[in-house]
Amino acid sequence: MRVNFFRALQDLAKERKNIILLTGDLGFKLFDSFRSQYPDRFYNVGVAESNMIGIAAGLSLSGKNVYCYSIIPFLIMRTFEHIRIDLAYNNLKVKLVGAGGGFTYGLEGYTHFGLEDLALMRSLPNMTVVVPADPQEAISLAKASVEYDGPIYIRLGKTGEPFIHEKPIEFRIGRSIILSEGKDIAIFAIGSMVYPLIATVELLKKAGFNATLINMHTLKPLDKAIIEQVSSSHSFIFTVEEHYVNGGLGSAVAEVLAESGFNGSFRRIGIPNDLGKYIGKSDYLKGKYGLTTEGVYKKIIECVEEV
Amino acid sequence: MKSGNYSNYKELARSVRLTILRLIHETKSPHIGSSFSIVEILVALYFKILKVSPEDPFNKERDRFILSKGHACPAFYAVLHERGFLTKDELNGFAINEGLLEQHPSLDLKHGIEITSGSLGHGLSIGAGMALAGKLDKANYKVYALLSDGELNEGSTWEAMMFANQHTLNNLIAMVDCNKIQALGHTKDIIDLNPINKKWENFGWHVKQVNGHNFNQIFKAFNTLHRDKPNVIILQTVKGKGVSFMEDNVLWHYRPPDEEEYARAIKELSK
Repeated sequence: MRVNFFRALQDLAKERKNIILLTGDLGFKLFDSFRSQYPDRFYNVGVAESNMIGIAAGLSLSGKNVYCYSIIPFLIMRTFEHIRIDLAYNNLKVKLVGAGGGFTYGLEGYTHFGLEDLALMRSLPNMTVVVPADPQEAISLAKASVEYDGPIYIRLGKTGEPFIHEKPIEFRIGRSIILSEGKDIAIFAIGSMVYPLIATVELLKKAGFNATLINMHTLKPLDKAIIEQVSSSHSFIFTVEEHYVNGGLGSAVAEVLAESGFNGSFRRIGIPNDLGKYIGKSDYLKGKYGLTTEGVYKKIIECVEEV
Repeated sequence: MKSGNYSNYKELARSVRLTILRLIHETKSPHIGSSFSIVEILVALYFKILKVSPEDPFNKERDRFILSKGHACPAFYAVLHERGFLTKDELNGFAINEGLLEQHPSLDLKHGIEITSGSLGHGLSIGAGMALAGKLDKANYKVYALLSDGELNEGSTWEAMMFANQHTLNNLIAMVDCNKIQALGHTKDIIDLNPINKKWENFGWHVKQVNGHNFNQIFKAFNTLHRDKPNVIILQTVKGKGVSFMEDNVLWHYRPPDEEEYARAIKELSK
């Protein structure tokens, strides 16, 4: 996914000569091609992320179109206050591209996990938050981000994410994608959880439930219209995310539902707000928290049977 | 007042101090000491050094001035007013409801404010980004960033220093207002910065140290900048400079003067 995103950015950089790419000394081999093609538009600023945000702001204030890259906690958590003022408050067109949403970095451990990023970035005025669900969306997002007005936080996985879309798709920031339309159950999913839920919908069908599956790739600005529409036509609503259950997609959808008079059942599925319980690869950790095709299926069935 | 044709910089500095005193007294705002210590450098910048114009504030070739020590903005606003970037009404919109100017500056190019500051440790990084952009665009502008000595406690500033050296940002000029006092005490008792010149030198910068209240020394420093290195001017200053009972006194980092102190300060500055 990262490779697809930055390959697309490299293509865009050919026409748009003001694109500049910064990294905080991460992305081994990821930028070799970009750097060799545009040596004066690629800067490894060193292991100094706060400075990277300031450099990006200064470049942006001088007419450059800046993309910053690092692993999520270093990119946006260490630097949060620099982002808050230099980018969000000043509303600068800087793109923050974070690698390693959720448990992507698995055995590298808690320091490398992105579990609070969506909550943090969603809280900032002017900030747009987008999480592509597959490499095709990442490519489309690279294109959509170039001329976008204001700062964007882009949460990427790392490598080997499966394709949901075979061909390039129409991708609009702020406009969700309906992947299947049902009537009993509605599932809002984001990023890495979209792909496994396509199979969850099939399992639900076998159990006699028609589920609507919506890819909420843009967390901010949130596609409220689709949430309100779904809430008026479905009695069970679920959110699924590889993120703490507080502050991310579940919270964002809950806020809309609470104000829209929805009186059906609503559950957030994600990672409980604790830490360091398990050690393992990304898939293992996601399995432990039920963030799999079967795990989510089980939680949905439990909830439906409970009511 | 136009740049370059004002012969009496000292008189201008006195007028700026009176404006700062009035603004702070009327609004009971903090940071009078931090404002008084940077009056001469701001007057020198805005009336001799900087290529900026209130008639053309968006000009891409303009020099950029960054007040990284944003808390000292009463001095900044007073000088922006003298230089024509702020009208009297706009200046009087300092620290009041529905005013224009807060107690820390917000990005506002029309009025000559290049960045939002008030959180320390941001300005030099942003300045380095502007300087890098200037190099990439082969532009002639320079970037001037005024930091406080207490601000050097912030690690991000040292990140920016290393970056500027790595990329030979000789179009970036830092200035450190060494007034030797930070919020809660003397810098030497909190985080001792000395030997400050050596620290910058070891980070690859060309260092000039001057008396920050002496115009001749300030101008000389700007006239002898290194052509191939980032430059820093260490300004040895006195916090609260100009009003005897405020000088070198931690109290005046936050405290606004009461009526009696205000009258005494006006008297001293009017001598």
